[in-house]
Amino acid sequence: MSNVFMGMPTLPVFGDGNLHIEETFPTAAHRELGNTQMRANLRHATHTIRDKRLKVVAELPDWEELRDAGSATKNLVMANLPALLEEFEKNFTARGGIIHWARDAHEANSIVAGLIKEQNTTEVVKVKSMATQEIGLNEYLEEQGISAFETDLAELIVQLGHDKPSHILVPAIHKNRTEVRDIFLAEMPNVDPNLTDEPRLLAMAAREHLRRKFLSAKVAISGANFALADSGTLAVVESEGNGRMCLTLPETLITVMGIEKLLPGKEDLEVFMQLLPRSSTGERMNPYTSLWTGVTEGDGPQNVHLVLMDNGRTAALADKYGRTALNCIRCSACMNVCPVYERTGGHAYGSTYPGPIGAILTPLLTGITSEENSTLPYASSLCGACYDACPVKINIPEILVHLRGEDVDSKRGTKKLPSQMDLMMKGGSWAFSSGKHLGLLEKGLPLGKLAAGRDKKIKALPGIAAGWTQSRDIPAPPSQSFRDWWKKDHTPVAATNKQEK
Amino acid sequence: MKIALFATCIVDAMYPQTARATVKILERLGHEVIFPTGQACCGQMHINSGYMDEALPVVTNHVNAFESVAYDVAVAPSGSCVASVKHQHPVLAERCGDAALKARAEAVGAKTYELSQLLVDVLGITNAAEQLGSHFPHKVTYHPSCHGMRSLKLGDRQLDLLKSVGGIEVADLPEADQCCGFGGTFSLKNADVSSAMLDDKARNIESTGASLCAGGDASCLMHIGGGLSRTTSDTTTMHFAEILASTITEPVSVTGDILVGKAGVR
Repeated sequence: MSNVFMGMPTLPVFGDGNLHIEETFPTAAHRELGNTQMRANLRHATHTIRDKRLKVVAELPDWEELRDAGSATKNLVMANLPALLEEFEKNFTARGGIIHWARDAHEANSIVAGLIKEQNTTEVVKVKSMATQEIGLNEYLEEQGISAFETDLAELIVQLGHDKPSHILVPAIHKNRTEVRDIFLAEMPNVDPNLTDEPRLLAMAAREHLRRKFLSAKVAISGANFALADSGTLAVVESEGNGRMCLTLPETLITVMGIEKLLPGKEDLEVFMQLLPRSSTGERMNPYTSLWTGVTEGDGPQNVHLVLMDNGRTAALADKYGRTALNCIRCSACMNVCPVYERTGGHAYGSTYPGPIGAILTPLLTGITSEENSTLPYASSLCGACYDACPVKINIPEILVHLRGEDVDSKRGTKKLPSQMDLMMKGGSWAFSSGKHLGLLEKGLPLGKLAAGRDKKIKALPGIAAGWTQSRDIPAPPSQSFRDWWKKDHTPVAATNKQEK
Repeated sequence: MKIALFATCIVDAMYPQTARATVKILERLGHEVIFPTGQACCGQMHINSGYMDEALPVVTNHVNAFESVAYDVAVAPSGSCVASVKHQHPVLAERCGDAALKARAEAVGAKTYELSQLLVDVLGITNAAEQLGSHFPHKVTYHPSCHGMRSLKLGDRQLDLLKSVGGIEVADLPEADQCCGFGGTFSLKNADVSSAMLDDKARNIESTGASLCAGGDASCLMHIGGGLSRTTSDTTTMHFAEILASTITEPVSVTGDILVGKAGVR
């Protein structure tokens, strides 16, 4: 290795923005669990979506093959990302688009703000975008005196409610329609004071409000679901048509996208346009899919910009076991089937990316040594429902376990005193690494009976085990282990009617 | 066949009757059961908690123990431990840079079956009443544990075996495929969420009116049983191996000294 400084950045460069959570998952989960209205709303919504998803997935005879194809394509993209990005840049630029590269959230935000200021405007419309949520663009623009109006209905509800999204696809999933009506009445200008919570009327009110914004905005900001390298084309998939309004009406269009969104070419869309709507909303096909390639004179936006953002993605890609998390197409199927998400809601995860994918993606983007974020990989019972539901077969449970290993390893040797968990694991390692050791410990089983009450149950345990006995008993151990019984009391049954194989 | 029993640590120490029932079933079918005495644990608790260095000697021990004896197949009455042996052991060995151990772990994993897998796929048991003499005149419901259902793709093997037991009444469990919330050290590190999941599972079990909930994983059953024990219902939990081992002449006792739940103390 040469030790000459080459001026190259040192990897990994981790992401910033709305990825660093402010409190540990158990603390946030404890608070959110107490919100019974939210839990009821969430349970109803996730169960409805998951049932719809199962129904439309079952219609496809080749669903598993589609998942394999989606997974293989994404793996291919990640393996060839630098070349595909260059190919995309060449084609996007050739069609009149302008590319900006951003290493982190701060760079991406300042590029976008600069582009808006060039247009001499202080108001922009936005189509829902996870990338801009991730970097906290709206808050940044506000500091710069620029108002960003969300046009996706759910994002609008969250924005008007001075709230944060709690789901990547259904950002206001934690609100019911009565709560939505109350937000509109309090926060929406010129709203009918007799507005009821009938969905049609709520939608009409939002539509009227949004039309005024669409028709006056000079600049729009979007995310992108896919970018096609062979033609420099971007694609946005949405349900309400607000995206199409943003993508076609303003003079300037600024798209912010993570570098992992690439696909080699348009033929790859065939697979993903079957996987995405079915996995996300349980629909066979989503209502609006918009694709745009550069600038067309006299038609649509005349200034087309794309901010290609890293923000920790290269660091995630460098993680051999974790990198497939970047294959995520943001469908949210994992959230809708996750028993932990169903009970805590998205806010407990603290990051733009909640649920099972968030529990791996967030620490991969920020690095596991980020203190609060290191609690995220433990926010799962490893039941595996997320892996089953993932349209691109991201093995989320395996990555969760890998990240727990990274967390434990990163703390080795840094603590003055080992934690209770460290001691338990060390003791367990001794006990479980030999039949003799375990057999020796099992001789002490009758002692456990002493810890139990007359009803033969242990109802309170000390230290970290107290978490168990807060809602569960432990049975008194038996007088004799199986091992001991086998040695002393087992008599093999004479095999008189042996079924030879 | 010569069948090596992997009792698993929790069954060995806490639920020996489950392993005894497994032995009984297999010997009743005329097979020779052996118990490799070097065995201890699959190491799943260590792996899932992120303690990979501490897991390595546990996994190595398991591979050594099951390499040191001759047998046709190995069996464990636990879907999650079998999933760990099959899937987690090779991954851990690779992560620790031990390619030789990885290959050895894969070989042991390939010969290891979960009990219902062995009974249905290898030994051709489809009717427990006829082929095993199983008799259990109680109303039960059934919880399919996550790792058996998803990692091993056991499908309805355990449930179908239960339904074929003589005298049994099997009630459908609402939201059966939802996790009970155990998750190993998840139940300690995220005790609140784990308890919330357990509450729903317990409520669903009680809604069936069954006297016990059967399953194929001692740890999940301990979790569910421990939760039911705190409620006012009389419902308890039992491993499906014990139900299959129960016959008219040798009925399984539902008042054993280590059942958790109201039935256990009557």
